Amino acid sequence: MLVCASLVVFLITNLFADPAKLMLPIASSQVEYEQLKAKLGFYDPLHVRLWRFLEGAVRLDFGKSLWQGVPAMQLVLERLVATALLSFCAISIAALLGVPFGALAAIKPGSKLDRFCTISSLTGVSVADFWLGLMLILVVAVHFKLLPTSGYGGKELILPALTLAARPIGRIALVTRSAMLDELHRPYVTTARAKGLLEGRVVFFHALKNAALTVVTLCGYEIGRIFAGYAVIVETVFSWPGIGQLAVQAITKDDLPVVQAVVFVAACIVVLLNIAIDLCYALLDPRIRHT
Amino acid sequence: MHRSRDVGLTLAPAAAPWEVVWTRLASLWRTLRVDKFALAGLVYLLLLMVVAVLADYIAPHDPTFQTLGKRLTPGLWSSKGALTFPLGTDHLGRDLLSRLIFGSRVSIVVGLSTVAIAGTLGTLLGLMAGYYRGTIDDLIMRWADIQMAFPGLLLALSILALFGASLQNMVLVLALNNWMWYARLTRGVMLSLRESPFVEAARALGMHDRRIIFKHCFPSLASPLITLGTLEVARMILSEASLSFLGFGVQPPTPAWGLMLAEGRGYLPIAPWMVTLAGLCIGSTVLALNLVATWLRSISDPYQRYKLLQSG
Repeated sequence: MLVCASLVVFLITNLFADPAKLMLPIASSQVEYEQLKAKLGFYDPLHVRLWRFLEGAVRLDFGKSLWQGVPAMQLVLERLVATALLSFCAISIAALLGVPFGALAAIKPGSKLDRFCTISSLTGVSVADFWLGLMLILVVAVHFKLLPTSGYGGKELILPALTLAARPIGRIALVTRSAMLDELHRPYVTTARAKGLLEGRVVFFHALKNAALTVVTLCGYEIGRIFAGYAVIVETVFSWPGIGQLAVQAITKDDLPVVQAVVFVAACIVVLLNIAIDLCYALLDPRIRHT
Repeated sequence: MHRSRDVGLTLAPAAAPWEVVWTRLASLWRTLRVDKFALAGLVYLLLLMVVAVLADYIAPHDPTFQTLGKRLTPGLWSSKGALTFPLGTDHLGRDLLSRLIFGSRVSIVVGLSTVAIAGTLGTLLGLMAGYYRGTIDDLIMRWADIQMAFPGLLLALSILALFGASLQNMVLVLALNNWMWYARLTRGVMLSLRESPFVEAARALGMHDRRIIFKHCFPSLASPLITLGTLEVARMILSEASLSFLGFGVQPPTPAWGLMLAEGRGYLPIAPWMVTLAGLCIGSTVLALNLVATWLRSISDPYQRYKLLQSG
């Protein structure tokens, strides 16, 4: 899978991109252009370039960034921490808010509380995240001057994390709600209630534990989505120095090694996340562990 | 009728087609009357369609005409606003209301055409995978899995940066990035359908595969596909806005909501209405689509439909 992802990126970028054109000043001559192109290895036959690429990819070496002269992988790894921090905070916020929200909604389906939760989750899912980001900047940072508008640091983390959390909050709440609705009709819930357990304990301890499987899957999926693209927009809005911002810079400058490295790393993370989710299943559900 | 008499059965006389349609519509309307949110969403979407189609007649100004003397005029909510520009102007003195009206076209066109292309492709592949199983199934679904794990937006961005950002390219890239959902859904349903007695019967009668797939199996897929399609239109409108916002989608001076957000970004402290209005348009459209999709899902499930009608 990783191989496929990197191959597609390699083919598309190598067949159609022309970084040499962008690297030279406008006034430079055709000869200079040809020279640079040859130097970058663009006149080598495709299979030579492909081999070079694959050989490098195995060693996690995608070549040097055409613009910054540093190994591309190093650039990506430096930025990875920022994105990881951001997505971790966003998902934590989303899970901490979304799960209780959805569980509360499921207690009394059709009630006012349920209606409110469902509609606000749907709104959260529907809002364009970059717009939400800009609105937060406008209200919190520009109007009330509570937090900085952009940059990298502890205080600067709050706004992008909230922005990025909006959609997962909604989705997690909706999914938790429907999973909980299923669980609350199971016989063991009736048993727990008949035992005289407190309703809160039944809902949040017994039923939620069983609904957790679905929610964990969704959380993993949402982190994957952040890495696979949503980070790009939010990081651009808040100038957060993560891989998303790096990707946009690299793409606009045709910095092929960096683009390849970013896509490769993002795909790696998605794969690792999927494995992590499977491992979580085993932890949460003994039935899976024993089979 | 005389046929049924032959076997000693009396069938109810077949209803005229228009009567069937009428009963269906009436029952739809009853579910809508209960679900007020969905009704609001549907009405909003219909209005939006009308506005988009009649944009030339409704919009008070040419969306690209610049009145540089009137740059960044606030709308009617401020004392400085004037009736000529009810929602104010942007940084080039263009009427925001007209731009929002024309911007709806881009969103609708991109949303619908992407879903149409991706839906057709995905459904066809899913039908094949589910009906024939075997190697075709493996190939198609393996490829879908690979694409699912792809960093989709990053890939879309790189492709658009290379081939040039335009409406057509954007629709194609989005469609090629999103066919897998339809394929997964169709394949799942098809896998169970192909084992069902009526497909077996059709096969025993010697029917052509194509006829079995499209005439007999496809109708069962219509309602989940419509629900998925509605959700996907919403997602595509958001993606289009994101791409345009990053500068890889619709190019200026075309009015598009995502692009207007990007343009307004630089004027956030002085002209917050530029960003606010465009974002509200995107948000409300997507919310309306999501509400309608939720409703569609609930009425396609007989149990839920029953509950909905009972509670009303």
